Amino acid sequence: MSNSNHTNTYRRKFLAQSAAVAGLAIAPGIILNQVAHAKSDADKASSANRWGMLIDTNKCNKGCTDCVTACKTENAWGAGETHSSEEQQAQWIRKVTITDKQTGHVQSLPLMCQHCETAPCVDVCPTGASMKREDGIVQVDKHICIGCRYCMMACPYKARSFIHEKLELQKPTAPRGIGTVESCNMCAHRVDKGQDPACVEACSNAQHGAMLFGDLKDANSAISIELKKHGGEQIRADLGLNTGVRYQGL
Amino acid sequence: MKKAVFKQIDGNSINYWMLLALLGSFALAAVGAHFYMEHGGHYVTGMNNQIVWGLPHVFAVFLIVAASGALNVASISSVFNKTAYKPLAPLSTLVAIALLSGGLMVLVLDLGRPDRLIVAMTVYNFKSIFAWNMIFYNGFFLIVGIYAWTMLQRNLNKYSRIAGFTAFIWRLALTTGTGSIFGFLVARQAYDAAIMGPMFVVMSFSFGLAIFLLIVMATYKWTDRPLGDATFNRLKNLLGVFVAGVLYFVVAQHLTNLYATEHHGVEAFILRDGGIYTQLFWYGQIIMGGLIPLALIYHPTTGKSRTAISIASILIVLGGLIQMYVIIIGGQAYPLELFPGKEVSSSFFDGVVNSYSPTLAEALLGIGGFAVTLFMVAFAVKIMKFLPESLADEAVDPHHSK
Amino acid sequence: MMSFRQFAKHLVILVGLTALPILSNAGDLGPTPPKAKMNFSDNSKCVKPIADIRRNHMELLKHKRDETMREGVRTKDNSLVECIDCHVTPNKKGEYARFGEDEHFCSSCHNYAAVNVDCFDCHSDLPEDAAKILRSSNNPHNMTEGGKK
Repeated sequence: MSNSNHTNTYRRKFLAQSAAVAGLAIAPGIILNQVAHAKSDADKASSANRWGMLIDTNKCNKGCTDCVTACKTENAWGAGETHSSEEQQAQWIRKVTITDKQTGHVQSLPLMCQHCETAPCVDVCPTGASMKREDGIVQVDKHICIGCRYCMMACPYKARSFIHEKLELQKPTAPRGIGTVESCNMCAHRVDKGQDPACVEACSNAQHGAMLFGDLKDANSAISIELKKHGGEQIRADLGLNTGVRYQGL
Repeated sequence: MKKAVFKQIDGNSINYWMLLALLGSFALAAVGAHFYMEHGGHYVTGMNNQIVWGLPHVFAVFLIVAASGALNVASISSVFNKTAYKPLAPLSTLVAIALLSGGLMVLVLDLGRPDRLIVAMTVYNFKSIFAWNMIFYNGFFLIVGIYAWTMLQRNLNKYSRIAGFTAFIWRLALTTGTGSIFGFLVARQAYDAAIMGPMFVVMSFSFGLAIFLLIVMATYKWTDRPLGDATFNRLKNLLGVFVAGVLYFVVAQHLTNLYATEHHGVEAFILRDGGIYTQLFWYGQIIMGGLIPLALIYHPTTGKSRTAISIASILIVLGGLIQMYVIIIGGQAYPLELFPGKEVSSSFFDGVVNSYSPTLAEALLGIGGFAVTLFMVAFAVKIMKFLPESLADEAVDPHHSK
Repeated sequence: MMSFRQFAKHLVILVGLTALPILSNAGDLGPTPPKAKMNFSDNSKCVKPIADIRRNHMELLKHKRDETMREGVRTKDNSLVECIDCHVTPNKKGEYARFGEDEHFCSSCHNYAAVNVDCFDCHSDLPEDAAKILRSSNNPHNMTEGGKK
């Protein structure tokens, strides 16, 4: 069996998909925008990019949990852990309500893995399972995770969950299983295809537009322009972790 | 001074076999607990996504820290050349290795994927203090093993000084590394302090010596071998100094934290408002594990009583376990400070004190660590020449006169 | 010394015991994995020659797993998901065997060879179109695909 035959087979399949994407791209403006940061399937994640998010807390609706629901759907968490207690069930993203003790000012915001540049979870992991991709996405390589939970101790954002029971019927794009630690991976599988993370897409579908996704290293990306114009804060900026997720209006 | 004569214990009494059977059944119970926890997952434990390290870690870290401390006696004899400690040096290495084995067993059996231990042993992330510790622990077995060998085999005796010195440096690194597991956690208010490393070193001195002293007293009593006052007093006075040392570090740790406003929350939690953790801290760690043993050791009457010193040693061990509980569980129970100056609430238990109720399985796994340690010691002294026939004063003390 | 009689007796027992597993397996033709959905291409049944894939599939999968997981390479060659999609097929009644059952493609050999694999602790043992149906029927409250309209 010559290799070129296989390559041709893949190429045919790839072309068919590209055509489908192109077809979709003609419709709504959002998708046209997404194709701008697409990489081909064969490309590796590159340090020329750093994916990040900007969350405007003033636009974030207090009662809305669409981003959480979208994440559950996209990555199939939140329903399969039937034995685990509520304290033991995984949460990749959550809505947090914060109240200023002095002023009583109440804010609501989504909180998930902040994709730190110098991530404590990556530093402490004994096996290198907790890792950062070249493009800044922090995630757990469950193939070599031994379930020691040291990363959970180290994360300042409580972004990580441990799987306390056997799981099944995972999504092909979101493998997750017993005895390993997991967290938001910024929907790496979507990002690799040039799409926005599911939470960002849901926020924009709900007409809130509180979440913006893009390349922090591309000075012309919408997120970079907005950050340059209005700034964006880090949660626990005192730790100096240079998070990939930034907030406005904190 | 006579040269110490080392001899195996007889170990053929009913009581000896009963002891082995008892320890063996606790070890088996721990293995059972492990299979129970691993079979369906950790949901059967009290641990969760807030309290990610539970009772097994309390026992494991305690035993690992104590392992380094159990080496005290050997270190003093080899590194500081105190001949009076020489007869007990081989036993000291044995107890150290046994404690580390027990502790590591608990740690490993609590992993989410213990089946992948080979990954932890072959793939290292050198920025992780955990990975360093993996090397420290494995190296400890090797170095202390060689050290014991140089002491037990006569023609290797000349190397025991250098082996002992290496072991001494290595065990200091090991305990500092273990303390730094917590010291390096920038995210958590209760940890993230350089003092954790040195504090764990002093804790190791105290816990390790307490266990060692208990083992010596029990072994010599049960085998009818003489244990003279000279050796006994030396060990118990040293223990007193170490207990005081631990108290000093605890005071220093909390005073430093009390000075910085950002740590007031967590300090108030441990010292005043933490409910069970506050009670454990004051009654368990400070009074039971610190002040009472100190009084028993240094009081003119109780200080001479073997029973009183046994009780003091047991209290030090219990107090040490409680101290680990307060550090490990208490430190996680206090919520992460995500937004300083703001109240936080969410579906993921942000901003609330996290609760933890340990289960029987976790306790059995932890206690199993002790059982494995003691089983190893009891078995090894029967098959190998670790124990001097006599620790009577005239056999030990070069200047002793009747 | 053993008498010849005793020796002969032992020999008979020994030979009998050795033959037992062979006899009990008589007629066993090895594992019978279910047929794949289709040939990979006109001139190749699978992505690699069958002998090669049988011997080396774990290495191919492992290499691919690291490329995808750690480097973001999303090509389909040697991807576990592609294997599952093509090889895990329903029976005549339309039912899917699950991993662990002899009828499941992977377990058909792995059960036979008694080789344990971790893959399905984290990965679904079914193609996504089948898993999707089970997910929503198992969990009526689950937010399934396109839950948001």
